[in-house]
Amino acid sequence: MLFQDVIFWVLAVAAVASALAVVLLRDVFRAALMLVVVFLAVAGLYVMMNAEFLAVVQVLIYAGAIAILNIFAIMLTRDVQLGNLPNRLQPAAVLLPALMLAALVFVAVDTEWNLLSDRTDLADGVELVQANSVGGIPDEDRARIGAAADRSGLAELLINDFVLPFEIASVLLLAAVIGALVLVRER
Amino acid sequence: MGLEQLLIVSAILFSIGLYGAMARRNVIVVLMSIELMFNAVNVALVAFSKYVEPAGVDAQLGLILTGQVFAIFIIAVAAAEIALGLGIVIALYRNSETVDVGEASLMRR
Repeated sequence: MLFQDVIFWVLAVAAVASALAVVLLRDVFRAALMLVVVFLAVAGLYVMMNAEFLAVVQVLIYAGAIAILNIFAIMLTRDVQLGNLPNRLQPAAVLLPALMLAALVFVAVDTEWNLLSDRTDLADGVELVQANSVGGIPDEDRARIGAAADRSGLAELLINDFVLPFEIASVLLLAAVIGALVLVRER
Repeated sequence: MGLEQLLIVSAILFSIGLYGAMARRNVIVVLMSIELMFNAVNVALVAFSKYVEPAGVDAQLGLILTGQVFAIFIIAVAAAEIALGLGIVIALYRNSETVDVGEASLMRR
């Protein structure tokens, strides 16, 4: 078994176990801390998939900002003592995710995915592109991959093909900040 | 590690998040479960972007990173969602002294 596989299974088991802890623990505060473990494990999975920039963003935004916001909200509401109670939907709430899981696993296993690794020449280029997804590509590598890889870095993709969603996302974040301020403002 | 294993991990995380969002009373736990689901979808997107060959890949090798760009947008939207969601939770707690989803009945007639 490859070393990479061992790391992958450790991360996967950590993510799933702490995700279960998030929804099953009675103590809401501990659930919020387990959520941080899920985020860090998912960041590890991103690193395994050569998505280093996403891993850093995941740690900064999820494990940094969102987890802290969650803990603030838990601290500001005094219902923490009540704990993480189940509601009256238990049978449906177990059945539906189980069906969903069965369907998703069936699709993942049964589909004939058109895998990149079947074509080694392309896979080499992809490794190179993904390894440089943060900072663009050095000149000699760029020449080797050819003109096709010209617009390959994540940043170049963001400001070329996805420039409109990119700008809309900034407006959305501004609206969210203003909306959150209005919602929690003291009257 | 391959596409199928990553997709299965993602499916398990998504189902756990769905269970949490459906079955729990505390609205903060519901929001955390929604974050779990966002993470599961991101894992699936990045896995697709690493392993699956997009159509017309010869024309644009840059297409291969599209899944990561989608994941970045999902993270941005999730940050906006959690800020607004927790703002609503705190406003709800101010008004009705509860964070129980079942008791949030301000809009029910």
